[in-house]
Amino acid sequence: MKRDAPLKNYAQKLGLVVVLLGLWEGLSRLGIWSPYLFPGPVTVSKSLWSMASDGRLLDATLRSLGRLGRAYVVSVAIGVPLGLLMARLAFFRNAVKPVVMGLQALPSICWLPLALLWFGLTDTSILFVVVMGSVLGIAIATEDSVQGVDPQLLRVASTLGVRGLRFQFGVLLPAALPGIVTGLKLGWSFAWRALLAGELLFVSGGLGQLLTVGRELMDVPQVMAVMVAIIIIGITVDRVLFQTVEGRLRRRWGLEGAM
Amino acid sequence: MLRALLGRWRSSLRLLRPAHVEADHAKISVTQLGHRYGNKVVALQDVDLNVRSGELVCLLGPSGCGKSTLLYALAGHVQPTGGTVSIDGQRISGPGPDRLLMFQEAALFPWLTVRGNITFALAARGVPRSERKERADQYIRRVQLQGFEETLPHQLSGGMKMRASLARALAVDPTVLLMDEPFGSLDAQTRIHMQELLQSIWMRTHKTIVFVTHDVHEALMLGTRVVLMAPRPGRIVRDLEVHLPMPRHPEDAALTEMVRHVQGLLREVERNTLPEATPPRATAPAASSPPLPASGLPRPAR
Ligand SMILES: Nc1ncnc2c1ncn2[C@@H]1O[C@H](COP(=O)(O)OP(=O)(O)O)[C@@H](O)[C@H]1O
Ligand SMILES: [Mg+2]
Repeated sequence: MKRDAPLKNYAQKLGLVVVLLGLWEGLSRLGIWSPYLFPGPVTVSKSLWSMASDGRLLDATLRSLGRLGRAYVVSVAIGVPLGLLMARLAFFRNAVKPVVMGLQALPSICWLPLALLWFGLTDTSILFVVVMGSVLGIAIATEDSVQGVDPQLLRVASTLGVRGLRFQFGVLLPAALPGIVTGLKLGWSFAWRALLAGELLFVSGGLGQLLTVGRELMDVPQVMAVMVAIIIIGITVDRVLFQTVEGRLRRRWGLEGAM
Repeated sequence: MLRALLGRWRSSLRLLRPAHVEADHAKISVTQLGHRYGNKVVALQDVDLNVRSGELVCLLGPSGCGKSTLLYALAGHVQPTGGTVSIDGQRISGPGPDRLLMFQEAALFPWLTVRGNITFALAARGVPRSERKERADQYIRRVQLQGFEETLPHQLSGGMKMRASLARALAVDPTVLLMDEPFGSLDAQTRIHMQELLQSIWMRTHKTIVFVTHDVHEALMLGTRVVLMAPRPGRIVRDLEVHLPMPRHPEDAALTEMVRHVQGLLREVERNTLPEATPPRATAPAASSPPLPASGLPRPAR
């Protein structure tokens, strides 16, 4: 009965996007603003195409994603264990958690001046900013989801005599996993933001620099084209990677009403 | 045959006899148990209870009379603020592998299949890997869940979840099974099925079971003994042996008669007008009614 509903949904969304694009194109053609400052979607997609075909876009994307990947792995490798420790050990809860919460209030780009002083104009500086931007969020989300584990499961584990590593990795971690993955997703979007903010500020060869170059050349279509590319990459990773993993996990765990 | 028929017509009072179990014959021995939550609410006061090996004791009483607290104290999940609990003469100080607690929720691990839940529990009890699957399947058959070995908990109905939970509890083979209103959240039909299943399992294994319920019919359907409790403070007011052989039928006339009788007692408990039962040892030491030997319990024909 509802099988064609998603299709209809997509068609509706697509229609809306087309209408908005048409509005944008019309507005730019009205000539209220200079076409150099407010190009329409046609000009922007031409610019996007030219950057895609001469390899500049792919180059910058690979650079940015490579950086992001490295920083993200570090964030996860530190953030998840840190979150587990904060949830399970009184010392970490009492001493480390307040520090983590405090630092989390700091927008990630504020780490850049410090990073530049410590590491100079290097990749390491950007990596540092990205890690600082995402590791704390991941740690807090992990801690949250471990705290939120159904107490019934903990009691049943205790009465079944499940202890030690078997408890940590066989009960606690899987029980908290859906929440942890949500935290990882959040961490990824923090990292993505921090990365672009960092890349904007100096010669980095990534998407951020492509934006800066566009500004320096006063090439508004390029700036907008890169923005579009950033949006598309962001949505793709979120959809393809995280929503698939999250959806599968939640279905298996019986958290979604798939009866 | 005639005697069995006659038995049905005997008054419920003769089928329900006060239980007197000496501590030195008991599997579980509770003496002078008291518990206060936050040093305020008196959940239990001066509770004495002896349970023989192989008995199925139902703790029955209105909500808030301390049934769960008593059960959790037996499990070692609650540290009582007074008195002692001993199993086989050994004072307990916490949860142990000899006792297993089952809750009102099935509490299956949602990411593991039915079989996975059981093998995981067996692994925690140190059962070698090679034996786990076979043993799991054996208990899955015993609770009639064949064909659902690879099913995830959220795909099961409430009754099936409870059966899976029961299979997991039985598979780890505790000597004492403690159940806290395990069928309380099931619909009436499923509930009767589960009661019949538990009866048949008990008849086969003669496991010592302490079963908490606030449903009089359930208590008399299952219990070889029914322990009636009263609130404020939580205490035991009657301890009755149920001399009705298993398997029992939910609509059995004698059972219905006993239900009516115990419901009367329960109403008095709620109005707080039930006189304390004569303390068995203090006034008349074993004179009024000699302690029943273990064989006096209704045993199923094998
Ligand atoms: N964790 C707790 N903290 C404080 N009071 C509690 C707690 N658990 C139970 N109680 C109180 O102790 C009494 C007995 O509770 P309980 O053993 O759960 O009764 P039952 O299982 O018979 O309904 C009740 O008055 C209840 O409110
Ligand atoms: Mg209770």
